[in-house]
Formats: sequence, C-alpha cells, structure tokens
Amino acid sequence: MAVQEALVTRPVTVSVNGTERSAEVETRLLLVHFLRETLGLTGTHIGCDTTHCGACTVLLDGVPVKSCTVLAVQADGREITTVEGLTPAGGLHPIQEAFSAEHGLQCGFCTPGMMLTSVALLAENPDPTSEEIRWAISGNICRCTGYQNIVKAVQHAAATLKEAS
Amino acid sequence: MYPASFEYFAPTTLDEALEILERFGDEAKVLAGGQSLIPLLKLRVAAPSALVDINRIEGLGELGERDGQLRIGALVRHRTCERSDLLKERYGVLGATAPQVSDPIVRNLGTVCGSVAHADPQGDWGSALLAIGAEVIARGPSGERAIPIDELFNGPFMTALQPTEIVTGIRVADPGPRSSGAYVKLERRVGDFATAAVAVHVSLSNGSIGRAGIALTGVGPTNLKAREAEQALAGAEPTDEAIASAARLAADAAEPLDDNRGSAEYKRNVVRVFTERALRASIAAAREA
Repeated sequence: MAVQEALVTRPVTVSVNGTERSAEVETRLLLVHFLRETLGLTGTHIGCDTTHCGACTVLLDGVPVKSCTVLAVQADGREITTVEGLTPAGGLHPIQEAFSAEHGLQCGFCTPGMMLTSVALLAENPDPTSEEIRWAISGNICRCTGYQNIVKAVQHAAATLKEAS
Repeated sequence: MYPASFEYFAPTTLDEALEILERFGDEAKVLAGGQSLIPLLKLRVAAPSALVDINRIEGLGELGERDGQLRIGALVRHRTCERSDLLKERYGVLGATAPQVSDPIVRNLGTVCGSVAHADPQGDWGSALLAIGAEVIARGPSGERAIPIDELFNGPFMTALQPTEIVTGIRVADPGPRSSGAYVKLERRVGDFATAAVAVHVSLSNGSIGRAGIALTGVGPTNLKAREAEQALAGAEPTDEAIASAARLAADAAEPLDDNRGSAEYKRNVVRVFTERALRASIAAAREA
C-alpha cells in the first residue's frame, strides 16, 4: 500500500527573466519543474535528470546551474534567466543569432543550456579561445553536432558582442 | 524524478541551524551546494524529513589566509577555488584539484566542505586535503571541534561527524616556501567520477623532500592516505629511484575493485604511474615556489 506523503509547501518569489513570479510550491519541487510546469517556461529542457547533461541549465544570479539539481525553494528571492529571457523584444540575442548562423545545433535539445552557459562564459571572458570554450561547455552534452559548430557559434557571438561594445 | 517530501528550513544564523538539527537528529540533512545531496534525494537513496539550507547564513563564504592558516568556509564553491590565485600559488594540490571536480556547472554550486562531509570515496577533495593535511571544523550543540582530516572518513559516505553537527569550514596550515602539489586524475569523460586519482603535496627542505603527502581517490572504501609511501619519501633525496619506489608503495596501499571503469589490476597500475607523475610535477613546481 502506498504511503500518503504529507504535502509540505512554502511560498516563493523568484525574479524570472526580470519579472517577479510568486507561487506556493512543494518544498521538494525542483527548479526545472517550477519553470516548466508552474510558470509554463518550457524553453528549459529536461535531459538526463541526473546532473550530467546540462540541458536544464539556467542562470541563477547570472551563474549557470543545472535546474534539475536545485530546489525551487532555494531560488526564493533570487534571479533566474532562462532561454526565454535572452530574447530581446525584437529579433534575437547575439548568441541565438550566432547559433543560427553557424548551425550550432541539429536537434536543438541541448541548445538552451548551451546558450546560457555561453552567455555566462562571454560575460566573464569576452574573447575565449576554442579550448576555453570547450572546457566551459564541458558540463553541457550535445549528441548531434560534435561540438564543432557550437564552438564556432560561441566565437561568432564573441565577435558580435565585442563589436557592439 | 521527485524527492520524497521534506520540511525545508533556510535559517539565517548557525545557532538556528543547529537547533533545527538537534530537533530532527539523523532525520535532517544539511544542504549547501546540493550537488551530491539533491541527486540522492531524487533517487530516494536519501529521504530525510528535514533539509537545513545553510546558504542564507552569513560568514561561511571565506576563502583566504588568517593567522598562518588557509580557511575554506562551508559555502565556498569549487568555482571560487578554481579561480583562486592563492590556491594555485601556495596550496598547489588544492589549486590543481578544483578544476577537476565534476563539470563547470556543478562546480558553480558544489562546495568543498559539502563534498568532504558527503565522504564519497570517489570525491576529489578528500584526497587533496589528506595530501596537504587539513582540519575539518564542525559546530555542534556543545561547541566547535577540529577533526583532523585523516580521522574524518570512517567508510563510504560515513564520517566522524555527528548528525547534529555542521561543517563550518576547513583549515589548512601554511605549507611554507618550496612547497607545491598536484592532482592527477583519470576520468572517462568530464563530469565522471575518477577511475583513479592521486593527490600529492611536497615540501622541500634544502633540496631534499621534507614532507610528502600522498592520497588516493576511487581505489578504496574512503579516500586513502598512502602512509608508507609518504614515510619512505620523508627526508629522502628526490631521485628517480626514490620516486619509483614511493609510487610502488602507493600502488600497494590502493584497495581497488573491478568495476565498469576498469579492473582492480588496471587501477592499481594507474595509481603507480600517476603517483610518479604527481610527485615529479610537485617536486618541479616546489623548486620554483
């Protein structure tokens, strides 16, 4: 017989892509489920669900984290950026444009996580070598591209961002 | 995957956190970076009734030297260690270990102290700290105590820590001049646990080896200190023969098992080869330090 678990909930308020979102959530709710199911932001993907693949990567106060390995309650009072938050009102973010231009994806499943990790890399290191890019994205697994065009896309975005600054 | 239900506490003081731990005893778990604990909760290998999130407690984020000791606070992330010039320059084995822990995204959240308290025999920090020598500082209901790192690990995922204690930091004595270290790790891919790894710390004294610390990852029920190899090197000239002989002693100290990462024999040989490499690298770097 299944044992009925007591439902333990807690209110959280998280700034998601610049907008404050509040909800009463189960303490055990993972951040990725909060984003996808509670808020309907399905750009963040669930891949392995075991902290390996990085498909669920989002920025927590600007730092990439695997949102399958963070509790929603831990994000209370903090800032989250998902792939939806990268896109400006018109057009695309330079990293999105670069992934498109360089064909940095095939199936696209890893792409949101790849882009968020890349954005954080470029904020810290605006002119990374291809070796540095490969290390930076080593927690994000892509099974289609062999990474060649992902690395090119990050370099492309780096050049665009440098020109703009 | 969903963890089993639990009560969640995010205290803002250590005293408050300790009170909650006392109330729940071994039914509570401390949450720092969560990069080991949350996967265990999801797999329901662990199902505590309470989580005590210490991330909102001030004063646990220190990484620096004070009174001739390095201090690593409970909330210092692997990421911070990886970017620390202090570790690279003065605590070589720690600086070398940081960028080899898991993958960059996990390193953004995971903590050194959490990794040590988790006591995974395949954890990297346990070996690095055994090699250089460290104390784990634990606060409990009756105050603070310092646990020498070589008395911390009792078995896989088992430590000398009480359920009512929180690791507040790690202290490492200044190893002095002419010291360095290395961490040489074999992993099948980034983010995998070590097939085997060797941590080495060396302090030179008038060109000889003053102190050598050697510890092994992934080849025993805990991180293992290769004591006989260390003793053989203490006071020795760093000759090829001395290094090769210490590497053989380190391989003898390993207790590897056959698994999908490799056979016991293979891992033992990796320990021998990596001990040699780590010693050579450490000695060369210590001469420049």
